[in-house]
Parts: sequence; C-alpha cells; structure tokens
Amino acid sequence: MSGKPKLYYFDGRGKMESIRWLLAAAGVEFEEEFLETREQYEKLLQGGSLLFQQVPMVEIDGMRMVQTRAILSYIAAKYNLYGKDLKERALIDMYVGGTDDLMGFILMFPFLSAEDKEKQRAFIVQKATSRYFPVYEKVLKDHGQDFLVGNNFSWADVHLLEAILMVEEKKSDVLSGFPQLQAFKARISSIPTIKKFLEPGSQRKPVPDDKYVETVRRVLRMYYDIKAN
Amino acid sequence: MSGKPRLTYLNGRGCMETIRWLLAAAGVEFEEVYLETKEQYDKLIKDGFLLFQQVPLVEIDGMKMVQTRAILSYIAGKYNLYGKDLKERALIDMYVEGISDLMQMILMFPFSPPDAKEKNLDSIKERATNRYFPVFEKVLKQHGQDFLVGNKFSWADVQLMEAILAVEERVPAVLSGFPQLQVFKTKMSNMPTIKKFLQPGSPRKPPPDDHYVETVLKVFKK
Repeated sequence: MSGKPKLYYFDGRGKMESIRWLLAAAGVEFEEEFLETREQYEKLLQGGSLLFQQVPMVEIDGMRMVQTRAILSYIAAKYNLYGKDLKERALIDMYVGGTDDLMGFILMFPFLSAEDKEKQRAFIVQKATSRYFPVYEKVLKDHGQDFLVGNNFSWADVHLLEAILMVEEKKSDVLSGFPQLQAFKARISSIPTIKKFLEPGSQRKPVPDDKYVETVRRVLRMYYDIKAN
Repeated sequence: MSGKPRLTYLNGRGCMETIRWLLAAAGVEFEEVYLETKEQYDKLIKDGFLLFQQVPLVEIDGMKMVQTRAILSYIAGKYNLYGKDLKERALIDMYVEGISDLMQMILMFPFSPPDAKEKNLDSIKERATNRYFPVFEKVLKQHGQDFLVGNKFSWADVQLMEAILAVEERVPAVLSGFPQLQVFKTKMSNMPTIKKFLQPGSPRKPPPDDHYVETVLKVFKK
C-alpha cells in the first residue's frame, strides 16, 4: 500500500482524464489499474468497490471514491485549488461546469460513426467558439490576471487548459480569435507540474482510438449506439 | 430588491427543481421569474445574464449563478448542509452525484419519443431498484442514523428525498423492497421546512405535463 491515490479505469482518457490532469497539476503522484477485461470489471463489482457499479473509481485517503465531480472537488479542496472562500468556489464551480459541458461533447466522439464524427466535430467547434471560449476570454480580459479566479492557480485553470487542448485536437487553429486564451494556454502550460504532465512518458493519455472504444464496449457491454448531438 | 434569491427558469421542474428543494429545505424564501417565450430567453442572453446562455439562473448574494451543480454547492455550503469537513463533503458529493444521474433519467423522460417511453420507464425502474436505492438503503441500515451523512441533515438527504418522490410518481411501489428508505421518507416528510414545501401552495412544481414539454421546446427552439 503506497499511500498514493490509485485510479481504476480504462487505459485511455474518458472521464478519468480530468482527474489525472488535476492530480498532476497538484504535483500528486498516482498509480493506475487499467480495466482490460469484463472479468476484471465484474471482480470490482462483486468486491463492492464501485458504489454505483461505475468507474472512474479512485482510492484516496482510505476512501473508494466514485463520481467524477465528487473526486475532482475533493482533490481540488485538498490541494488548495478551490479558491479561498465560498464565492471563489462558486466561480470555480461555474467555470468548471462550462468546460465540463464542452468536454462532454468530445467524450463521446470516439464512439460515433464516421459520418456522425464530422457532424460532431463541427458542433464541438461551434459551441467552443460561440458559447464557451468567449466567456473565458472575457474573464481574463476583464481582470487582466494570470488565472481565472482570485489571482491564484485553481482547478478552473487546469480544466480550461485541458478543454482548450482537446478542442485544438479537433481543429488546430480554434484559438485564432482568442488572444487571451492563447496567452493563458502558454502560461499554464509552462507551470512546472503541468509542463511535466505535457511531456512524453507522463500519465496523460493519448487521443482515444478504436482499440479504446473496443475495450470500453467489451468491458462495460455498453455504448454501442451513440449518436451525435 | 428584496435580498431574496431570485430564480429564473420555466414554470416547471426541470433542472431548477432540485434548487427549489434545497432552498426550501434550508428555510430560505426565494422569488421566481418564469420564462414563457423565446423572446424573454433571447433577451436574457442579449443582456448578458446567462454566462453560458443557459438557465437555471439564480441571482444570489450579488452573483448571477448558472450551472445547476455550482448553484446547489453554493447553497449547501452557505446554509451548512455540506457536512463538517472534507471527507463528509466527499460522501455528500458522491451521493448527490449518483442521485443526480437517476434524476437525469426522470428529467429526460417527458421528452422521450412515444415509442421509447415504455423502455425509458423500465430503465428508470431498473436503475432505481438495482443501482441507486440499494446503496442508500445499505448506508442507512449500516449506521442506523436518521441522516445519510454525519448524523446530520444535509444536501444528500434533500436530494434523496426528492428522488424518491420523483420515482414514486412514475413507479408507485418502488420502495416496496426498501424498508429503511420508507422510514427515511417519512422522517424527511416530517421535517418542518420539507413538510411546508410538500404542502399545496408551496413553490414546488407539479410533474411535467405536455404543456411544460411544449413550453421547453418553444423557448429553447434554435
């Protein structure tokens, strides 16, 4: 028992990736157990480790935590990435809610048919550039500070960087109308813990491929018929 | 300006209902503005009220809050319904997120195409009975306390109570295998603020009907 948090998920991004980002940003080392077979998943289920029969699951501080948002909130608070008071936490929660919705459109992307993928790509870019990015662009412009909330590095910054990079994978010049976000991206990427996470060999997972989709479907026996937004 | 929180949403449950429940449970009076037309909604967006162009919107303590979870977390934090420390908060968060997944199915149900309604209803029943209710039945049985977390009334209790009633509206006998939840439901119903919220004339909204569905589709039409 190493005392490090242990992550139970597939060997791929999915819902666990935001958790990997946040732990890494906080400078916390973690272990991972990758689900590859149905049998592994059933063993976890039978062992009672999965409160609602789902992953992500993170063993941390004697708890078996499930529910991505709960896990992220715990990590943010524990490592002082959640603002200094209730109002800053409210802002962080709002901002993270937005980037979470945006990344949600990308989460199911690998499970779509080729035709639906094109449709979804356009949808993602449209939402990013008309609904989400303008909000963060304005926040940064209005206060002129380096970080989104309270002039302090927080969960909101980590989540936004993750979202920006994911959307850029779908359209590489998507930040062209957003100078504040371009500067933000450069700044946050150069924070030592984040820089390390962005280097090859880190626990950051690559863009999900067909093998990932196959594994998820095989292990969960779900997600065979996902449609675009 | 009354100082009371002001809720902007449609005149119906949707994503706002859980917020109404939590404010009511905390004994907080609030005002409501109802969206009835697309023009009202478009104006809210144009005037910059909706951070991500979406409702729910709750004006509270000088903030224009959006994102249901953010709003609920703020209310829970402010009114001491969020546990006494980080670990209790973690438990509460896990429980409310699970319940929220169940509630999401109920939320979407009125919008199901007619040929999917029966299947979706079966899914709600299956998930409630096999995935969610057993968890809370076990939690209550194991610690034998009145409340889910830390022997104290919290956001988790409010959200579970809301979910139980919402599922019962669709699946009347759903609690038949869950004696702890039956007792929990009775206890919650008798808490003064909740009792008041369950009485006619409260801000609690009725189950969504066709008119509500129509209004949603009209107001949010692209």
